Amino acid sequence: MNARLLPLAAFLLLVALLGFGLRWNMKHDQREVPSPLIGKAAPEFRLPVLNEANREFGSADLKGKPYLLNVFGSWCPSCVDEHPVLVRYAKELGLPLVGYNWKDDAADATAWLARFGNPYDVIVADTVGRTAIDFGVYGAPETFLVDGDGYIRLKRIGALTPDYVEKELKPAIAALRKPAAGGQP
Amino acid sequence: MSRLRRAALPALLLSLFCTIAAAVQPLDFKDAAEEKRFQSLTRELRCLVCQNQNLADSDAGLAGDLRREVFDQMRAGKSDAQIKDYLVARYSQFVLYDPPLSGSTWLLWFGPLLALLAGAGVLVVVVRRRTAALAHKTPAATAPREEEDW
Repeated sequence: MNARLLPLAAFLLLVALLGFGLRWNMKHDQREVPSPLIGKAAPEFRLPVLNEANREFGSADLKGKPYLLNVFGSWCPSCVDEHPVLVRYAKELGLPLVGYNWKDDAADATAWLARFGNPYDVIVADTVGRTAIDFGVYGAPETFLVDGDGYIRLKRIGALTPDYVEKELKPAIAALRKPAAGGQP
Repeated sequence: MSRLRRAALPALLLSLFCTIAAAVQPLDFKDAAEEKRFQSLTRELRCLVCQNQNLADSDAGLAGDLRREVFDQMRAGKSDAQIKDYLVARYSQFVLYDPPLSGSTWLLWFGPLLALLAGAGVLVVVVRRRTAALAHKTPAATAPREEEDW
């Protein structure tokens, strides 16, 4: 009798496993690769400024200042979704917002910004994509919070949402402002 | 002409074409050995955008960048292990198709073994029970009806 119920029990176990897997996938983005760079020094970079052929901008210009680095491209559909959030919060967050125009055409990027707004303090253009590899960028949009000592504190993969800004980004920025915030790992 | 043909091909064939085109992206290999090393190395690395493809096969833009990075580092005299470390430091172990054994990957490595052991355990229990049931019904000439359902 018991033995007869065994296949049923096994089947129910498998159903439960399937249910667990489905729930897990709904809650977790499978495409999200955890960044090993959090808590590590942000890579040094020096890139041409978008539409300013002779000007370069890089980590050296940001020394000692916490900043946000937002990877975007005019070819990236989620960036369009994200952009209003950046436009809305850029001033409020009170950090330099560096735009990282990734593998884009300067004219396309300019037209895109004219259309959707330009919340950035400065925009660097990485047409080659080498610096992006240093940052471990694998998809746009991505956003990095770098502290005054040049350490990456937070990385958002995918579009910023008002919810994320309020619940994750703002507290992380507030933590930076505290004097001697815990020291470096 | 090739554009015309590509446009005419069904989507499935088109994606196949792109894959092949990406794999023969021009890189100046100095000899066959270097090309072979490059191919085997990029086959062990995952394309992060498409994730179920390796770097050698992917036609995603980032995959192209990463292939070039791998190539440049090979030229700079880096070993395979050094190149992998470089990528793991930036993209985590996720880039490796052959992840090393660690706290977060033990289930990946031993999961199948555990499943096998669990299956063997179930088998042993079932067989034991059955022999016990048979032994109890001493006039064992007729098999118990219940078991026939199996």
